Amino acid sequence: MSQSPSRQPRWLIFSLAIIPIIGLGVFFLWPFLTLLAEAVTGEAITNTLTRRSTWEIAWFTLWQATVSTVGTIIIGLTPAYVFARYKFHGRELLVGLLTAIFVLPTVVMGAAFLALLPTSLDRTIWAVLGAHVVFNLAVVIRVVGTMWEHLPTDMEAAAATLGANRWRVFTDISFPLIRPAVTAAAAIVFLFTFTSFGVIRVLGATGTRTIEVEIWRRTTQLGEISEAAVLALLQLGILALVVLWSTFAQRRHSRALRLEPLSPRRTPRTKGERRFVAIVVGCTAIVASVPLIALAVRSFSTPSGWSTTAWTNLGQTEIRPGIRIGIDPVNALGNSLRIAVWATLIAVVVGGVAALAIAAAGRSGRFLDTGLMLPLGASAVTIGFGMLITFDADPFDWRASWWLVPVGHALIAVPFVVRTALGPLRAVDPAMTEAAATLGAAPARAWREVVVPYLWRPLAVGAALAAAISLGEFGATSFLSRSGGETLPIAIEQLLGRTGSLLQAQGYVLATMLALTTVVLVAIVDRLRDPGQNEAEGS
Amino acid sequence: MSSLDVHHMTVSFDETVVLDDVSLSLAHGETVALLGPSGSGKSTLLRAVAGIIAPDSGTVEIDGIDVTHTPTYRRGVGMVFQDNQLFPHRSTLDNVGFGLKMAGIERSERNERSALWLERVGLAGFADRRVTDLSGGEAKRVALARTLVAEPSIVLLDEPLTGLDRELHDRLANELVGILTTAAATTLLVTHDPEEAALVAIRSVQLEDLR
Repeated sequence: MSQSPSRQPRWLIFSLAIIPIIGLGVFFLWPFLTLLAEAVTGEAITNTLTRRSTWEIAWFTLWQATVSTVGTIIIGLTPAYVFARYKFHGRELLVGLLTAIFVLPTVVMGAAFLALLPTSLDRTIWAVLGAHVVFNLAVVIRVVGTMWEHLPTDMEAAAATLGANRWRVFTDISFPLIRPAVTAAAAIVFLFTFTSFGVIRVLGATGTRTIEVEIWRRTTQLGEISEAAVLALLQLGILALVVLWSTFAQRRHSRALRLEPLSPRRTPRTKGERRFVAIVVGCTAIVASVPLIALAVRSFSTPSGWSTTAWTNLGQTEIRPGIRIGIDPVNALGNSLRIAVWATLIAVVVGGVAALAIAAAGRSGRFLDTGLMLPLGASAVTIGFGMLITFDADPFDWRASWWLVPVGHALIAVPFVVRTALGPLRAVDPAMTEAAATLGAAPARAWREVVVPYLWRPLAVGAALAAAISLGEFGATSFLSRSGGETLPIAIEQLLGRTGSLLQAQGYVLATMLALTTVVLVAIVDRLRDPGQNEAEGS
Repeated sequence: MSSLDVHHMTVSFDETVVLDDVSLSLAHGETVALLGPSGSGKSTLLRAVAGIIAPDSGTVEIDGIDVTHTPTYRRGVGMVFQDNQLFPHRSTLDNVGFGLKMAGIERSERNERSALWLERVGLAGFADRRVTDLSGGEAKRVALARTLVAEPSIVLLDEPLTGLDRELHDRLANELVGILTTAAATTLLVTHDPEEAALVAIRSVQLEDLR
C-alpha cells in the first residue's frame, strides 16, 4: 500500500499510541504473565485438578450458566418478537429500562432479588437463576429482535398460506433464519453468567461457588494464590472455547437475511393481537421493574416498621450506642465517587488517544484495538487478581496506592471508550482531511482542525459509560480495595451479608442510589448517542 | 375448485381507510384480474382473503362457508407474493414441497409431486438449487409451483409478473395461462397492467368499481 502524502506522520501516531500501549503492558499483560508464572508449577496444577471440589465447582459453574442461558433465550424470544413486530406505547421507555438493567451493577441486581424474594427463596439457586435471566433479557430482546426486524413478515405469512400454523412457522421458518442472532445472544449471556461473581456473592448460599467466586475465595480468604491462578486459567480456557464455538456456529448459520429491508412495525389490529401484545409487554414491564421497586421499598423497611431511618442515619456508623458495623456507607459513597472520577478521566484520555492512534494507523491499528479489548475477554476477577499478585513487592508495591483501583476500572472501561470513539472517527471522510491539506494545513494540523472536533460527543458517551462501569465494578475491586477504601458495591455486599434489618436497609439504600445513578447515566448515553432519534420516532 | 365471495369488506390501518365496503365474487374455476393503481388497496384485499390481515368489517366466504375468522393456515388459500418470499434456508425442492410437508405428506411422495410441478413450470433439474441463486423469472416459477402443488381451493396472485423484463414478462404471462388451466384453480390476480389482465384472466374488475 503506497503512503498517501496527507497521511499522518509516524511520530504522531507513535506518540499517541505509546500511552495506551504502556498502560496495557504494565497493568494487564504483566499481571497476566505473573498469573501464568504463578500457575505453572506442577504442584499447584496437580493439587487443583485432583481436588474433587474443583470439578464440583466447574460443574456448577457450567450448569448454572447453561440453565441461565437457555432460560433467558426461551423467556426472551416472545418479547423479542413483540418488540420487533409491533408498535405500542412506551416501547422506547421499556427498551431503555431493559438496557439499563443489563448495565446495572451485578451487586445491585443481587440486592434487588434479595429484596424481592421471600426469605425462603433468598440465597438459593432459584434466586441466582432468576437474577441472571432478568439481567440478560435485554441481550435477547435487542440482539434477536434486531434480526427479527429483518425477517420479512410476508415470509411468515407465506408459510401460513402453505398450511403452517404459528408453531410450525416459528420452528420451520423464523427460528432457522434468526438462529445466528440467537447463537450470538446465547454466547453473550453464557459468558456473563459463566463468570457470574457479584450476583453469586449476594444471592448464593455459602457453598454456592462459581469458578470466579472460588478464585476470589482461594486468594483472599485462604491465601492459596497458585491454585487460584490455575482456576483462572481453566476458566479462560473454557471461555475461549465458547467464543470459538459461537464464531463458528454464527458463520455456519449465516444467511443473507441482513440484506432484507426492515419490516415496518405495526399497531396490533385484532382483539387477539392486542391482548397478546398487552400481555407480553405487561409481563416484560413487570419483570423489569418489580425487582428495582422492591429494592427501593425495602430501603424503607426497618425493624420498627416503615421509616426513612436507613436514609437519614446513613452517615452514622454507630447504629446503637457502642455497636459499630465496621463499614461506613457515607465513606464508601465518597470513595466510589472519587474513584469513578479518576477512572473516567483515565479511561477517556487513554481511550481517546488510543482511538485516534487506531484510526490514524490504518491496518496496523488493529493490533492495538485487539490488545485493548483483551481485558474484556479476561474476567474482572482475573484482572484484579493479576494486579494484586503483581504489585505486591518493592519497587512496585502499589497495593496501598490510591490510584490502583481507578486504573483497574479504567482497564475495563477503555475498550468501551475506544468502541464509541472509533465509529465516528472512521466515518470522517478522508477527503475532508485532504481538502484541509490542499488549503495549506500540514497533516497533523489538518487533522486537529477536522477530525478532533468529531470526538467530543463519542467521548462524552464513553465518559458516561466509564463512570457507570467504575461505580458498579465489583470483581476487580474485591481484590484491590482495602479496609477503609470500600466502594459502594463492596459496602452493599457487606451490609446485605449482615444480620439486622437496619443494616440490610442501609445496604438497600446504597443499592437504590447506585441503581438510580446507573439509570441516569444510561439515559445520558442514549440521548448523546442518537440526538435525532426521538424526533424521528415521533414523526 | 371453489367459489369465493367477499362481502362489504372494510380495512383500515391506523385510522386510514384502505378498503371501504368492497364486495367481490368469483365463480368456480374462474380467473379474475383485479385492476387498480398502486396503493389502491389491491394487495390488502388479497391479504384479507388469505387471512393475513383481519378486516374491520365484512366477510370472506369460500364455497359459501364463512371463513372470516378461520386462521390462514386452515383456509386452503394459496398466495404468490409480489417478492415471492421463498425460504432462503431451504433448497428449491424443499421450498416447493413445504405445503405438502405441512399437510403431513411423507417425503417420497412430497418430492415426487414437487418435482412434477417443477417440471410443469419449466424448472426440471432445479431441485437442489439454492433459491438465493435463482434469477427473477426462476424464483417466480418456484413461487408459483410452491403455491399450486398444495392444490389450494383459491389461488391469489399479487402482481406475479411485475419486475420482470418485457420478453420474460410476455413469455411467463402465456405460460401462466397454461399453468392455471392445469391447476384448475379459482384465481384472483392483482395487477396494474390491463393488457396482462386481458391475457391471463377471464374477466377484469377495477377495485374502485367494487364498492
